[in-house]
Amino acid sequence: MNVKLRVWRQRNAQEQGKLVDYAINDVSPNMSFLEMIDVLNESLVAKGEAPIAFDHDCREGICGMCSMYINGRAHGPQKLSTTCQLYMRNFSDGETITIEPFRAKGFPVLRDLVVDRSAFDRIIAAGGFISASTGQAQDANAIPIAKAQADMAMDAAACIGCGACVAACKNASAMLFVSAKVSHLALLPQGDPERKRRALAMVAQMDAEGFGSCTNTYACEAECPKGISVANIARLNREYLNAAIASEEMPK
Amino acid sequence: MSLDAKIPGGQLADKWTTYKNNVKLVNPSNKRKLEIIVVGTGLAGASAAATLGELGYKVKVFCFQDSPRRAHSIAAQGGINAAKNYKNDGDSVYRLFYDTIKGGDFRAREANVHRLAEVSVNIIDQCVAQGVPFAREYGGLLDNRSFGGAQVSRTFYARGQTGQQLLIGAYQALERQVGLGNVQQFSRHEMLDIVNIDGKARGIIARDLVTGKLERHFGHAVLLCTGGYGNVFYLSTNAMGSNVTAAWKAYKRGAYFGNPCYTQIHPTCIPVSGDYQSKLTLMSESLRNDGRVWVPKSKEDAQAIREGRKKPTDIAEEDRDYYLERKYPSYGNLAPRDISSRAAKEACDDGRGVGESGLAVYLDFADAIKRLGKHVIEERYGNLFEMYAHITAEDPYTVPMRIYPAVHYTMGGLWVDYDLMTTVPGLYALGEANFSDHGANRLGASALMQGLADGYFVIPYTIGAYLSGEIFTKAIPTDHPAFEEAEKHVQDTLNTLLSIQGNKSVDQYHKELGKIMWDYCGMARTAEGLLKARDMVRKLRAEFWQNVRVTGKADELNQDLEKAMRVADFLELGELMIVDAYERNESCGGHFRVEYQEEGEAKRNDDQYAYVAAWEFRGIDNDPVMHKEELKYETVKLATRSYK
Repeated sequence: MNVKLRVWRQRNAQEQGKLVDYAINDVSPNMSFLEMIDVLNESLVAKGEAPIAFDHDCREGICGMCSMYINGRAHGPQKLSTTCQLYMRNFSDGETITIEPFRAKGFPVLRDLVVDRSAFDRIIAAGGFISASTGQAQDANAIPIAKAQADMAMDAAACIGCGACVAACKNASAMLFVSAKVSHLALLPQGDPERKRRALAMVAQMDAEGFGSCTNTYACEAECPKGISVANIARLNREYLNAAIASEEMPK
Repeated sequence: MSLDAKIPGGQLADKWTTYKNNVKLVNPSNKRKLEIIVVGTGLAGASAAATLGELGYKVKVFCFQDSPRRAHSIAAQGGINAAKNYKNDGDSVYRLFYDTIKGGDFRAREANVHRLAEVSVNIIDQCVAQGVPFAREYGGLLDNRSFGGAQVSRTFYARGQTGQQLLIGAYQALERQVGLGNVQQFSRHEMLDIVNIDGKARGIIARDLVTGKLERHFGHAVLLCTGGYGNVFYLSTNAMGSNVTAAWKAYKRGAYFGNPCYTQIHPTCIPVSGDYQSKLTLMSESLRNDGRVWVPKSKEDAQAIREGRKKPTDIAEEDRDYYLERKYPSYGNLAPRDISSRAAKEACDDGRGVGESGLAVYLDFADAIKRLGKHVIEERYGNLFEMYAHITAEDPYTVPMRIYPAVHYTMGGLWVDYDLMTTVPGLYALGEANFSDHGANRLGASALMQGLADGYFVIPYTIGAYLSGEIFTKAIPTDHPAFEEAEKHVQDTLNTLLSIQGNKSVDQYHKELGKIMWDYCGMARTAEGLLKARDMVRKLRAEFWQNVRVTGKADELNQDLEKAMRVADFLELGELMIVDAYERNESCGGHFRVEYQEEGEAKRNDDQYAYVAAWEFRGIDNDPVMHKEELKYETVKLATRSYK
C-alpha cells in the first residue's frame, strides 16, 4: 500500500515547527506504524536529510515511551493500543495520515514528535510511592489482601505513564495518570499510612506543573492504551477531599 | 593481573552471612560525603540508586530514556523466582541455588548463585512492602506458578507484567529519594566514557541527549547497571535503545569482559515477518505452562501448512509431534530455554517448520482451554494473547500461536568479583550488565531476581568494603586532565562519525552485523564459521568508519548520532563474542558448538572448560587476552544436565 504523511517537524523547543508532507510507497500491512516511520527515515538519511525524531523504546506496548497523535488521536485509531503496537493494516491504501507530537503545556516539544514528560516523574517524586526503605519489610504473606482488592490495585498499576490521557484531554489534565497511582497505592493496606499525604502532595505537584482541570469528558479513558478507568478519578477525588478535610498535615 | 573473585571462606551456606558480619561499614556522616554514580535505571540500577540514597550516600542516576521507568526491565512478562516455598512443594534456598547452577550448565560461580537464592526471599518481601500488586489467591495470599527448568512453583507474578510492576516499585522508591534530595536524576543522558584516575574509576562523561552537550560527573564509585547486549544481533527482544556502550567503554578502560559468547535465545517469540522488521516480540515462557509445543510429524503436512493448503487444526492428533514432551518427558514443555530453542531449530531444519517462512513452530492452547475454560486462560495470559493478536492479526484462542526462538538475554557481561566490582577498582557492574549468576544459560524468572538482588541487597553491603577506604578522598574537580582527556576522546568520536558522510546508513550496518552474528554466532556455532565471521565483522567495521552516513549535528537532539555511537560499539563487541565462542571448544547452555554434541545434546568439557573467560582489551587491532577464573565446585557435583 501507499500512504501520504503529514508530519510535524520542529528543530528544537525554541524554533517554530510546521507540517511537512511525505509520500511512502510499498508499505506492507504487516509493518508496525513505527517501522513505517523507520523506512521513511532511512529514505531521508539516504537523501542527507534529518530523520524524524520520535520517542520509542520497547516496541512491545509496555515502556510508555512512544507517543504522538495519529490523525488527531493519541496513539492512533486503535483502541487499547500504544503507537508501537499499531499496524499498517489499520490504514487504507492512499490514505493521508497526519502525525503530530502530544500537545500540552506540561509536555513541551523537544524536537519533531519528541516531548518532555518529566513532569510525570516529579509528580511521582512528590508522593507516588510507599515509604518502605529496603530492609524494612516483613514477610510478604503477613498481610493477606483480598484477591478482588489486589486485582483492582493491579488494574490501576497497569498505567504505563505515556501521557496519552493528558494529550487526549481538551484541558490537558493529568488526572487519570495521578488517580491511577493514588488508587493503586490507596487500595493496598501497605499504602494506607501515607494516603492523605500522598493525595495532597501529588495533586499539588500536578497543579504546579501546569496540567489543567478535569471536566469529566472521559476522553482520557477512551484513549488510554491500557484501559485505565475513570473510576480512578472518582477515587482520587474522594481521597483528596478526605485528605483536605481530615489531614493532620499539609504538604509543604 | 590475576583474577581474584574474592569469594569468602567457610561453608557455602554461611559465606554471605559471614561476609555481612565482617564487611567494613561507612558511618552515616561519611556516607553523606561519598558520591556514587549509577548508570542505567532498570531493576538493578533503580533499586541500587534508591537503596544507596536511602542509606545516605550522594547518588547521581543516569538513563538515556525520558524517564527511569522506561528501562527495558519493564518488558519482562512472566515472573520472579524466590525460594519462599509457600507452596510446600519441596522448594528451598538450596534447590533454587541448585536449579540455577544446573540451568546455567555448571558455568556459574557457586558462591554468587547461593547468595542470589538466599536473598530471593527478601526481594519478594521488599516488593510487597512497596506495593507491588503480585497475583493473589482468594485467601489473600500470594500465588505462584512454575517456570522452565524447575519442578516446583516458585515464580511470583503480576499478570503478564511482572517486570513492569517490579520496575515501577523500584522507580517509585527511586523517585522518593529524588524528592528527598538524596538522588539527582539525569534522564535523556547517555554515558559515553568512564574516567579513571590513578587506577580507580572516578567518574563518567555523559551526553545530554536534548542539547548534545557533553558533561563531566565525578563519583567515588561508578555502578554500571546498563543491561545486556542482545541488540548486537539487530533483531532481538531487547528495546530499540538497549546497547552495550557503557559496558564496552568500561572494557576499553580496563574492565574485563566475561563470557561474551553466552547468549540466550528465547524459544517463544513471534516469528520474523519481513525485512523491515525492527524488533522481535517475546511471548512469555509462562505460556509453556499451559501451551503445548508441536510441529507436524510429516514434512508433507508441514509443507501443506506453509503453502496455505492446510490449517493447523486439520492436522490430526496422531500426526502431530509434541517434540518437547517426546524428548524430555520429565520436564516436557517446561524444558529450559536453550534446550527448547535448539529443539525448535532442529524441527524447522528438518523441514517440519510452519508459517510462511517455515521458521516457526506451534504453541497450542486448545487442550488447556478445553480443560480449564477460556476464562482461566484469559485471566492468566489475557494481555499476551492480545499482544499476539495485535501483531499477527490471528486469534490465539482459536488458532495455535506461531513461535520461533529469538535473541533475548546475554549471560555474558563485565567480569565482577563477589563484591560485584569489575577489574577496575571502584567500577561495579550489576544486573544483566555483569556476567555473574547465570552461567551459560539463564532460567526463566531469574533475571528479575538477579537485578533486584544486586541492587537492593548485595551492593548496599559490598560497596562498603570499597568506600570505607575512600572516606578521605575529596571530590575530584572535573577539570582534572583525566576528565579533559575522556571528554575530548568522546567529542572526537562524535565529530568523526559526523564527518564521514558516506553512503550507507547506520541501520544498514547494524542489520549486516546482526545477520553475521545470527548466522555464525547464534544458535549453532562452528569453528570454521566463527573464523569466517570474525573476518567479516572486521571488514564491516572498517567499512563503517569509511562509509557511514550520519545526519545532523552534535549539539542537538540527534537520534541518528546516538544510534551511530551504539552501533560503532556493537561492531567491536561482535568480534569479541566470536573470539570467545571460537575459544570455547565445548557446548554448554546457550553456547552450542556443532562439533561438540552427543545425540543432539550439548556436550560439555568440564576438564578443560570449567572456567570463566575474562577478556582484557589490548587495543582494537590487537587480539584480546583471555584470563581464566577457574570455577571451583565445592558443593555441587558436576553432572550431565538432563531434563529427560
